[in-house]
Amino acid sequence: MDLITFARGTGLEAAFTIFIIGIAWRLFAIFRHPVKKDLSLPRTTHTLSGAIRTIFSRMIPHREFRASTRFSVINGYTFHLGLAIIVFGFLPHIVFITQITGLSWPALPNGVIYLVAAITIISLLVALMVRMNNPVLALLSNFDDYFSWFVTMLPLATGMAALGALGQNGSALDATQNGVVVAIHLLSFELLLIWLPFGKLAHAVLVFVSRGTTGSQFARKGART
Amino acid sequence: MSDIDTLHPLELDTPRLSVENPQTRYDKQGERPDEERVTAAMQRFAKDFGRTAATYMESCIHCGQCAQACHFYTSTQNPKYTPIWKLEPFKQAYKRESGAFSFIYKALNLKHKVTIEELEEWQTLLYDSCTMCGRCSLICPMGIDIATLVGQARHGMFAAGLVPHELWAVAERAEREGSPLGATAKVLKERIDWLADENEIEIPMDKSQADVLIALSSIEIMKYPQSIVSTAKVLNHLGLSWTLRSDGYEATNFGLLSGNSEWQKDLSMKLIQAAIDCSAKLVIMPECGHAYGALRWQGANMYGKPLPFQVLHISEFLAEKVQSGEIKLKALGKSITFHDPCQISRRGGATQAPRDVIHALGADLKETQDTGDLNWCCGGGGGVVTIHRADPLRHKAFEIKMQQIDAAGADIAVTSCSNCRQTFDDGQAHFQWDKTMHSLLELVADNLIE
Repeated sequence: MDLITFARGTGLEAAFTIFIIGIAWRLFAIFRHPVKKDLSLPRTTHTLSGAIRTIFSRMIPHREFRASTRFSVINGYTFHLGLAIIVFGFLPHIVFITQITGLSWPALPNGVIYLVAAITIISLLVALMVRMNNPVLALLSNFDDYFSWFVTMLPLATGMAALGALGQNGSALDATQNGVVVAIHLLSFELLLIWLPFGKLAHAVLVFVSRGTTGSQFARKGART
Repeated sequence: MSDIDTLHPLELDTPRLSVENPQTRYDKQGERPDEERVTAAMQRFAKDFGRTAATYMESCIHCGQCAQACHFYTSTQNPKYTPIWKLEPFKQAYKRESGAFSFIYKALNLKHKVTIEELEEWQTLLYDSCTMCGRCSLICPMGIDIATLVGQARHGMFAAGLVPHELWAVAERAEREGSPLGATAKVLKERIDWLADENEIEIPMDKSQADVLIALSSIEIMKYPQSIVSTAKVLNHLGLSWTLRSDGYEATNFGLLSGNSEWQKDLSMKLIQAAIDCSAKLVIMPECGHAYGALRWQGANMYGKPLPFQVLHISEFLAEKVQSGEIKLKALGKSITFHDPCQISRRGGATQAPRDVIHALGADLKETQDTGDLNWCCGGGGGVVTIHRADPLRHKAFEIKMQQIDAAGADIAVTSCSNCRQTFDDGQAHFQWDKTMHSLLELVADNLIE
């Protein structure tokens, strides 16, 4: 089996399997813990709406924190949105998703995607530099932070290299030329999928659990989140 | 462990009740091998690894934003005061013992066991530099409630006998005598007799039946007795059936602050039982922040079932009465800056109540730049004001309050927490600041239209 066949087939299936089982395990690890019923008289019983509200409201910092968190919020939004645009707006990615799921939507012009990719890479580099140099972030950081950065950056870098190696219909799955470069890109994406449940990248899922927990608990008290 | 009392006796005559300042950087209670302390801490940590703690432990993304919300970090710029860093041993214990991949961490020893040195080092971070004010909880993009976790981590520290001496001593005294500051039932009775006589006011004690039970914080009994008179004045004016009970009056809960949940329960149960014994429909908590949270939000969980009475903070009670028109107030004729006690507004949900009262006083409310739920903590909550070695740090953090209150430019500063008031008095004395913190309750009592 050559590399591209593995990356398109067994590798991809294995990565998705690990991703799904890993995320399920990560969630199970939380929900297996006991929960104590809060017997205090709630100020309001709208705990579900409190949870949902907090999931959305924490997307924007409170006014009082905006000045001090401006850089991390803007840079955070830059690479999060950048990644989303690249993953869901680039034609080869859409073709890839269509072949797996049957879902399809219009792609963004390649020029836009290239610009976004450049901005995203710069944004991630800046995030890394800040993490290494800011005393607070340097103190808090461990292997997870740096490896998670690495596996996020890797598909971006290999994707740039693979740009010229696509198949006629623009799909990585049909790539005939430079199959190795496309295979490496696919494998780097698979590494991201495999790592995601194990480290802090799981915040993609946990953010809902965490914000929701606080949102519902504070809603009982009638306190703002 | 009661030898601590003789080693570090309470200094009752100092402006701020305290014990002698220990010279060691960290404190230990009792004589035990270090391994036993670590084991005790781990066992207690494990008890607190419930679903909420697990959620938060799994969710931190190390973004460090919590530092920007913490008065101890922002005033010193020392990264060790980053709120989530204060939980590092707790987090480490969770990840090794109870996390999603604990079996890997343990098998490969990727997260080493928490050591006694780490617990000792973190004592100052968990106690001296965290007021559990919860401001960091509002900045966290993952919504992690760090203050709750600090409260839980303190449980393990207490179990290990690694609590700052002063906080330990006042908590132990509260458990033994019923009050952390020597406000025993006998002292209370003497004070009430004196206050009733001096002010010619009726202060009912130990009624067997009453609709309302009043709780007091020992800070008020010992330092701000005028607040007791003010309470009596308001309740008598309303013509309510109310009482103080010598078997349940102490509102402060140093069991909670020190990290001993058994003591926390004992202290809460005294109030709860007293309220049940006199068939109270309402318990009014005094101007004290954590006391409110201890009974209002944790009391039922200590009791094991819903409380058979309502719990209101005095500011909530006053707000209800001014809104119903049962209390009418003379116009104060002054502008006010209100300092929100963290446990009542941010963590208690009663942010609007004091503002309604201030409105009823006809005062011009000049808010600080960060106010209400996002108010900066005074720096003395969570038991920090009792810890002497924390004084320089606490004073540094207090500078934020002085700057913001000065900038607001109101005639007077007002709060509804005696612990905040005590911290402000101490800060005022330390910095020779020209602002004095006033009590909302006393302002109401002084301006009642009889």
